[in-house]
Amino acid sequence: MATLNIRGKESWLVPILFILLLVFPLVLTRFYTYLLALIFVSGLAAMSLNLVLGYGGIYQFHHAVFYGVGAYGAALTITKLGYSPWIGFLVGPLLAAFISLVMGAICVRLSKLYFGMLQISLGSLVWAIVYRWYSFTGGDDGIHGVSMPDLIGSTTGSYYFTLLVTAACLIAMYLIVKSPFGSALQGIRDNPVRSEAVGVNVKLHQLVALVIAGFFAGVAGVLFIVVDNSAFPDMLFWTLSLEILIMCLLGGWLTFLGPMLGAAMMVALRTFASTFTEYWTLIQGIILMLVIIFLPEGVLGYVNAKFKQLGNLASGGKA
Amino acid sequence: MEFLSSICPPEILCQILVGLSRMTILFIVASGLTLILGVLRIPNIAHGSLYMIGAFVAFSVSKWFGGGTTGFWMAVVLAPFAVALLSLVVERGIFAHLYEREHLMLLLLTFSFALILGDLVKVVWGGEYRTVQLPGSFKGPIPVESLPIPIYNIFLVIIGPFVALGLWFFTNKTKIGKISRAAAVDREMVGAVGINVSWVFAIVFVIGCFLAGMGGALVSPIVNITLGMDHTLIMEAFLIVIMGGLGNVWGALLGALIFGLTQSLGILIWPQFGIVFPYAAAVTVLLFRPTGLLKSTW
Repeated sequence: MATLNIRGKESWLVPILFILLLVFPLVLTRFYTYLLALIFVSGLAAMSLNLVLGYGGIYQFHHAVFYGVGAYGAALTITKLGYSPWIGFLVGPLLAAFISLVMGAICVRLSKLYFGMLQISLGSLVWAIVYRWYSFTGGDDGIHGVSMPDLIGSTTGSYYFTLLVTAACLIAMYLIVKSPFGSALQGIRDNPVRSEAVGVNVKLHQLVALVIAGFFAGVAGVLFIVVDNSAFPDMLFWTLSLEILIMCLLGGWLTFLGPMLGAAMMVALRTFASTFTEYWTLIQGIILMLVIIFLPEGVLGYVNAKFKQLGNLASGGKA
Repeated sequence: MEFLSSICPPEILCQILVGLSRMTILFIVASGLTLILGVLRIPNIAHGSLYMIGAFVAFSVSKWFGGGTTGFWMAVVLAPFAVALLSLVVERGIFAHLYEREHLMLLLLTFSFALILGDLVKVVWGGEYRTVQLPGSFKGPIPVESLPIPIYNIFLVIIGPFVALGLWFFTNKTKIGKISRAAAVDREMVGAVGINVSWVFAIVFVIGCFLAGMGGALVSPIVNITLGMDHTLIMEAFLIVIMGGLGNVWGALLGALIFGLTQSLGILIWPQFGIVFPYAAAVTVLLFRPTGLLKSTW
């Protein structure tokens, strides 16, 4: 309810922001265009995680697996099987959704921390296979120089493609969150026992949410291929999963756009910090610690709460 | 040895010994992790970093004493205490105030420590490979059926059971151990009978971290001490703890045994996918027993 108040004010911001993002590549250098595209990719991955973490209350600890599988699925379809990139772009997310279905079906029997631990074990298995299967996945070298269609081959082209796909995914995710399914999911998060009692199939809802989240993470992985033309095993390593989790936490995992904001902050900070220090990880750790201690609901969560306070003051004044 | 080699080829025997010595290291680290997880309910991701710090401190201490036998023994004894001291500061300074937070927040908080400690190691020791000199008495291999078996690995295999017994003694026979087991089951009740639970938690946390440092110090002569050694180890330790049942020290021993042996024998069976076997074993165990092989304290 807290966000309803500002949603009215927010709504005109979205098209303006979108138009600004459309114009940016015309005025920015190639590097910043690339950086923005990278923010969309990380943000989409973080938002897909938040679909199950923030809205579903499911402890998906190893979300990067689906991001990596999406990227590898697309890259291998293009380089090893020789299909058109457009087919690869479809294969990536579908493969990620399929892996998510298999892992989800196994893990969903458990809850909270046990879910997270089984999921992280399964994810590590996928990582280990990708990491060692030199003949197919390229092992620890990864895959480089994946060729793209001319239309999206340039930095600007890949930027616009990433922007449009990310926007489409955001709209789709927003509709899912606002749908009856989304409401049921949030009901399960807040009170699984009561949801079960009123006839909601808890496990099935969670499984569907996991598959959807896996799919969108796969889309993010494909977009990474578009932006960077490469895939490597670190994309499936558990540290990246926790970095995506940090993005959700930093931006605010109880808000819709929070993870995107968190991703923007992390990617921007990393780029900025690494120009003058090699100890980016240290800075990242300190930021994370401060956020956990002082801003457990994230930046956007904090802003929303402040807005709510202001709103209450204003309406209190009128009454 | 004649008898053993008649039932089992020597190269397999050798791999089993390597697996068992790997198991010892994994068990020492994982037992600390499971102790903290069982009593404090903290999935401590920084545990891997403490293991790494243990190894780096062992390197520095050994160098300080001029390497050789003295250097090695001082390193093995002093490094775990250095790590324990560090963990005491962290626990009293930060964790002690945040026990009420939910698991996800605690997990991420420990991850933030892993990030910070990882980079601090880079600040202090730099990015080069390091190694600790083995004392002369450990250097030679014992030839078994023409295959050289390193003495140090045998030494490690012997140490493992003593650590397990020591932990069993601590949790079952000492007063603090008994209190900590009670606190794992019902924190509030233990506090209600007038025991300072906060300090019991601190002691358990420090003992757990001491074990991480000990694992790092013991492994330091046989691996390249390097940045990033924390990342793979913590995942392995977590899988072992989950396999064994959260909080169960004997479970950690069993999990480490499975992990160490599948790793070393897997390499014999299929060299390229050697590291996949232990992960596959962990997943198989969890498919059939999602809460671990032995009884969890949760």
